[in-house]
Amino acid sequence: MLIFEHSRKGRRNYSQSPATPASKSAIPQNLLRKSKVLLPEVSEMDTVRHYTRLSQKNFSIDTEFYPLGSCTMKYNPRACNSLAMLPQFISRHPSAPEDTGQGFLACMYELQEILKAVTGMAGVSLTPMAGAQGELIGVMMIRAYHESRGDFARTEIIVPDAAHGTNPATAVMCGFKVVEIATDKDGNVDLDALKAAVGPQTAGLMLTNPSTLGVFEKNVAEMSRVVHEAGGLLYYDGANLNAVLGKVKPGDMGFDVIHINLHKTFSTPHGGGGPGSAPVGVAERLLPFMPIPIVTKEGDKYRWVTEKDKPQTIGRLSAHMGNAGVLLRAYIYVRLLGLQGMHRISEFATLNANYLMAELRKAGFEIAYPNRRASHEFIVTMKDIKDKTGVTAMNLAKRLLDKGYHAPTTYFPLLVPECLLIEPAETESKETLDAFVVSMKEILQEIESQPDMVKGAPHTMSVRKLDDVKAARELDLVWKPSA
Amino acid sequence: MPFIPHTEEDVAEMLASIGAKSTEDLFDEIPKELVSGELTGVPAGLSELEITRLMMERANKDGFYQNYIGAGAYEHHIPAAVWQITTRGEFYSSYTPYQAEASQGTLQLLYEYQSMMASLTGMDVSNASMYDGATALAEAALMAVRSHKTSRKILIPKTVHPIYRQVVRAIVSNQKIEVVELPFDSKTGQADLAAISKSDYGDFAALVIPQPNFFGVLEQVDELTDWAHSKNAFAIGVVNPTALAMLTPPGEWGSKGADIAVGEGQPLGIPLSSGGPYFGFMACKNDLVRQMPGRIIGRTTDLDGKEGFVLTLQAREQHIRRSKATSNICTNQGLMVTAATIYMSLTGPEGLRRIAAQSHANTLELVEQLEKIGGVKRTFSTPAFHETVLTMPKSSADVLAKLKQKGILGGFDLNAHYPELGNAVLVCVTETKTTADLRDYAAALKQALA
Repeated sequence: MLIFEHSRKGRRNYSQSPATPASKSAIPQNLLRKSKVLLPEVSEMDTVRHYTRLSQKNFSIDTEFYPLGSCTMKYNPRACNSLAMLPQFISRHPSAPEDTGQGFLACMYELQEILKAVTGMAGVSLTPMAGAQGELIGVMMIRAYHESRGDFARTEIIVPDAAHGTNPATAVMCGFKVVEIATDKDGNVDLDALKAAVGPQTAGLMLTNPSTLGVFEKNVAEMSRVVHEAGGLLYYDGANLNAVLGKVKPGDMGFDVIHINLHKTFSTPHGGGGPGSAPVGVAERLLPFMPIPIVTKEGDKYRWVTEKDKPQTIGRLSAHMGNAGVLLRAYIYVRLLGLQGMHRISEFATLNANYLMAELRKAGFEIAYPNRRASHEFIVTMKDIKDKTGVTAMNLAKRLLDKGYHAPTTYFPLLVPECLLIEPAETESKETLDAFVVSMKEILQEIESQPDMVKGAPHTMSVRKLDDVKAARELDLVWKPSA
Repeated sequence: MPFIPHTEEDVAEMLASIGAKSTEDLFDEIPKELVSGELTGVPAGLSELEITRLMMERANKDGFYQNYIGAGAYEHHIPAAVWQITTRGEFYSSYTPYQAEASQGTLQLLYEYQSMMASLTGMDVSNASMYDGATALAEAALMAVRSHKTSRKILIPKTVHPIYRQVVRAIVSNQKIEVVELPFDSKTGQADLAAISKSDYGDFAALVIPQPNFFGVLEQVDELTDWAHSKNAFAIGVVNPTALAMLTPPGEWGSKGADIAVGEGQPLGIPLSSGGPYFGFMACKNDLVRQMPGRIIGRTTDLDGKEGFVLTLQAREQHIRRSKATSNICTNQGLMVTAATIYMSLTGPEGLRRIAAQSHANTLELVEQLEKIGGVKRTFSTPAFHETVLTMPKSSADVLAKLKQKGILGGFDLNAHYPELGNAVLVCVTETKTTADLRDYAAALKQALA
């Protein structure tokens, strides 16, 4: 039932909006709204019940295990939320003077410094509001760098074929042509293909490392040399930073610009699809182009860095300073973890992934890159199973929902047929992983004994398999009252 | 270890299963020369008690002020239920609803949100949100250019939020789109319709129309919309969602209505929080839906014919279309939209209208009181919604600094963005202020100017 179907004409909440209609108005008649606003007319209790019930139709980290590759679904500590929502923080206006926000700005400044330290970059800007925006900003800086040198010939961005879809989409949004390069049989970028692709037209290379195939790009130093020698810059997509945090710094791998997904590695909530937050880090030569605002410290005072300080900045990419409240949550998380905790993240994420990979292999699943270590994630391919039984990776994913697990990432990366990209974050216990393996084994048996049942999954959710084709053909995007 | 549940025994068993001696072994594919060793520059970990004390100390340092700054972010009362429900773990810690059957809560909520925003803006359809108002406008500009075919030019009056204009420029300039800024009338504070309609801008893809504009002033939206359409261009409305409960929505502007409506969703139940996270909204007419960026939710049926909700029209998106997507946007601002949907359910149509009307009335009331103080004048003659530009008889920076000493953030200093307006301050009043608050402001200003 939709909230609109609970609506009764004339019902309203009396305590939460002005008790009497305002008497004064200076708005000319011709600008006044004549049509009705179709918001529901419901009580507070109706609202609370309706949305509480809706919440119960969701999977979430708080209720289920999410072995969701490339998404780093780790536990979101409660203190990060409650402390970021202290009334002084949430009531602070973004344009309030700097001297009324020194506590907030101190947190932002220290977060910048910590992110610099763990990534080995020379500067960090907290502005980007999501991974894709971090990418956009990063590629804009690459462009600004080349143009500042009068080099307008660099029109191409190189992207491995295993990359996230946002990489090529971002390059195009920045006005670049995308050149895709292939991956070799071990999951590394094909070095010869890279060498053939670079030239005076190369603006840069966008790379995720460990890659979306769940393996560390062994030739990263050589790739860095090849791209730099051709005059291009290296972009690090931080989607998989959780796998190497405290082990390897993107700065040491030769990257010139990076983004860090705080909603992955630094445990800010996914919120059902945002808000994300993706600070960008840059090497020395890109410092002048960083997006503003940035927080700086002078003596014991914090202030915003603006256009005046950075005349070559690529500018502002949000109305204020990005998702400030998300940044506060990440700051609290890094302070809770501290130095030791930073090192432990990648160790235990990697331990969990390699353990789960070993156990699933023993259970009879085919691993896509069996001769490689898992980073913090790995790929199972269902190709043989599909060929024999017709049961697909998606069918298995949906059956996992019935067993109380969120599905792994399916059909990404696009290179591996019938793939499941599995990432068990470091906050999951051995018991959870063991129970997951038991369920995966059960599904293998079900595929043998009752394949049609598996193909019809899920069976226990609030709805069964939904008709996507109908949704796209007979668009129903907005509720309308029946006449 | 914080948030890592493994016991020593677990680690030993797991390593044995893998066939590795230590966790270090698991990193043996990383070339030795790249391994960084001990991190420096990261402080030692704090306990929850310690971080609580630290954050309380910092929060107390920032304290509370009586806030009269608007300028794109507005203080409204947020009913208690909004964030209590929004921060339920099932919303807070859930993933993007790609697995529709396990995400019906979020998906249905987003469908309800789209329905509410479409009605509020008077448009046919809405997407499931953008990052913020500024980026929503930039995406609307890109969308208009994609749909227009012949022109890559966007007209934006200087009465649009100056930072929005900067963000639009930063984003669209990558695609060789020209942004032309249009003048405003220094008497009315409106986009200068007379001057604009006499000028020849050549072929252009869209005209941006703010309502209310950055000065709080109400624009001649009907005339501007019809003018854009007469030039074969799209009309993009940038609107305040609270104001839409009172004002003609973009879908009804002029003879045909605007084509795209965008804006900052923050006034709908999102706290000010130093600027974010907020959310941008975007709605449009039916014929543009396939050019719309971002996530869109559709209602459909399951195998049993039961109603359900899915992400739809995904063929526009980056994870399917890669370099040919309508935008690179992936994540949106889902949790903020959750809060906004609950907020709009709690206010209902009448509550939202009263909030809008009270904010407007309070602004009139304050301006009336301040105008009685010698030398304070309204800068523009045209009616405004819940923000008004006042010209101060003394340096606006000094006046605001004095008010701050009294615990009042008296408004947004326009000097940096509009030096031609002199000592102009943009003052915003919402329903959160009482008559006594307004009297306090007037008394403090009188003192500050004495």
